[in-house]
Amino acid sequence: MTHAALRTFLEGRDIGQEVGRSRRVKNLIGDYGLVAIFVVCFVVLSATTSGFLTVDNLINVIEQSSIIGFLAIGLTFVMLTGGIDLSVGAVVGLAGVVSASFAQSAGAGGLLPLALGLTVGLLVGLVNSGLIIRGGVLPFLATLAVLTIARGLALIYSDGGPTTGLSNPFQVLGAGMIGPVPVLVVMFVAVVLVAEFVLRRTAFGRHVYAVGGNVESARTVGVSVNRVLLGVYLICGLLAGLAGVVLAARVNGADPMAGNGYELEAISAVVIGGTSFFGGSGSVRGTVLGVMLLGVVMNGLNLLDVTSYYQQVVQGLVLVLAVLLNRWKSG
Amino acid sequence: MYARPTLVELSNIWKSFGAVRALRGVSFDVRPGETHALVGDNGAGKTTLMKILSGVYRPDRGEITVAGEKVSFSRPRDSRDLGIEMIYQDFALAENLDIRSNIFLGRERRRKTMGGLLRVLDNRYMDTETRRVLASLDVDIDPGLKVRRLSAGQRQAVAIGRALAFDAKLVIMDEPTANLAIGKVEKLLELTERLRDLGIAVILISHRMDEVFSVADRLTVLRQGQVVGRFRSGELSESRISNLIARGLPDPMVRRGDL
Repeated sequence: MTHAALRTFLEGRDIGQEVGRSRRVKNLIGDYGLVAIFVVCFVVLSATTSGFLTVDNLINVIEQSSIIGFLAIGLTFVMLTGGIDLSVGAVVGLAGVVSASFAQSAGAGGLLPLALGLTVGLLVGLVNSGLIIRGGVLPFLATLAVLTIARGLALIYSDGGPTTGLSNPFQVLGAGMIGPVPVLVVMFVAVVLVAEFVLRRTAFGRHVYAVGGNVESARTVGVSVNRVLLGVYLICGLLAGLAGVVLAARVNGADPMAGNGYELEAISAVVIGGTSFFGGSGSVRGTVLGVMLLGVVMNGLNLLDVTSYYQQVVQGLVLVLAVLLNRWKSG
Repeated sequence: MYARPTLVELSNIWKSFGAVRALRGVSFDVRPGETHALVGDNGAGKTTLMKILSGVYRPDRGEITVAGEKVSFSRPRDSRDLGIEMIYQDFALAENLDIRSNIFLGRERRRKTMGGLLRVLDNRYMDTETRRVLASLDVDIDPGLKVRRLSAGQRQAVAIGRALAFDAKLVIMDEPTANLAIGKVEKLLELTERLRDLGIAVILISHRMDEVFSVADRLTVLRQGQVVGRFRSGELSESRISNLIARGLPDPMVRRGDL
């Protein structure tokens, strides 16, 4: 693939033309830095461990990453507008216990619990956007409050205990296979493609970027800012609901504390993927790369028998490295 | 006697914000293709009047007619649909988007795809239109450039281009030189002339006499929410107009609408 083609693939067609050689070099490293780190990790792990470069393990990595991946994609929409959604981890717990509670009888299907879990996510998104748009509350504070409330509701709903013994059709949502490919991987790829399509090909997607770039200008020229905000928090809630359902299905049980802290991991992945914390720039492609990088690193550390204490440190270091890289690139 | 055709007419417009009477019976008109300057001190009511014309505010009293038809604007969209475009002082651009996206922001051209199921951005159309508009302004910039990379003058050209892409009949420029370096003012005046050549009327809001004098066909002077004078360019000296801006009294001739 030529440089231009690769860059088009990675960054999208709307990248601005740059002037000057240093700028070009910067962009080159900025664009490929993350890919390079990913490739290095991949190669090193393939060489140093016997278990990494196997089909089973790689599918396993994608499967494990996809839960955080759903959250991170939803967060990409929100963060592109300059917002944040801290409630996604709690929604994983709440949507999980609600959906699982309708999947306990042996005859229960998978669709009703799935629909209920997604509805929970949408409702939380509606509350978040309502507080932000109508109440004028800062996204950080609004979704922090909703995080606590949603977690509390999950504990109340489940009486603080796990919901287990879920029906087969329900478990398919998280653990099923379509031929040789896990359902979870299919879902994740589908979500990535749809999200990419919405952001890059629709007017709504364009408006998401505009709101993050300059909210006043967007409003002035007739972009319905409130509708954009409503949209991104609904998308984020919906995907968090989906993550909750598939997590419960995958492990055959819902825990009210499931997804605790996932919001931070997902936000890290989005930032590692190059989405600006202040909105206006970033992409789903970048986020997927961020999620996969974190997934590969964690998986590799496991295979290398590194204890979880060190894993946390490494995760933090990856974040720092990515942030510095982005900072340097845009500097 | 016969009346010259007017493009836009605002008659006897009143507007208050709480106890502040921003406009007190202002009448103002624009003829097709003319450049009409609206001058006055800060707080004279220039911007309020133009926000009424562009649909941002609704007047308490008074009438707006466009091409002889009485209209009422409840939002900026209504005014823009009739070919009235406002170019804001800060240009109202999203710096993180490219030029084409900005030209069409909020009014994206879409096309149906997948058997009419989905409506996606028609990027090819928007790209072609952007090139056409920039060429008609004699501005040579790549439409794929992000606005962040543009100079203030180029940004202004994009803002004007946005108006042209939608067949504007009247372009309102709010203090267009406020954000430009001195050398760029000439380029702006060139752009204004260009709009005139394209048959587009311009309302120029300004408090700088020199630029007004060089481009305007007519001048209207506002003071404390009332019209205190209206002239053809060159009828009065700059100092006389500055005097009106500072101390003018409501002009009975103008109130009657004779000029």
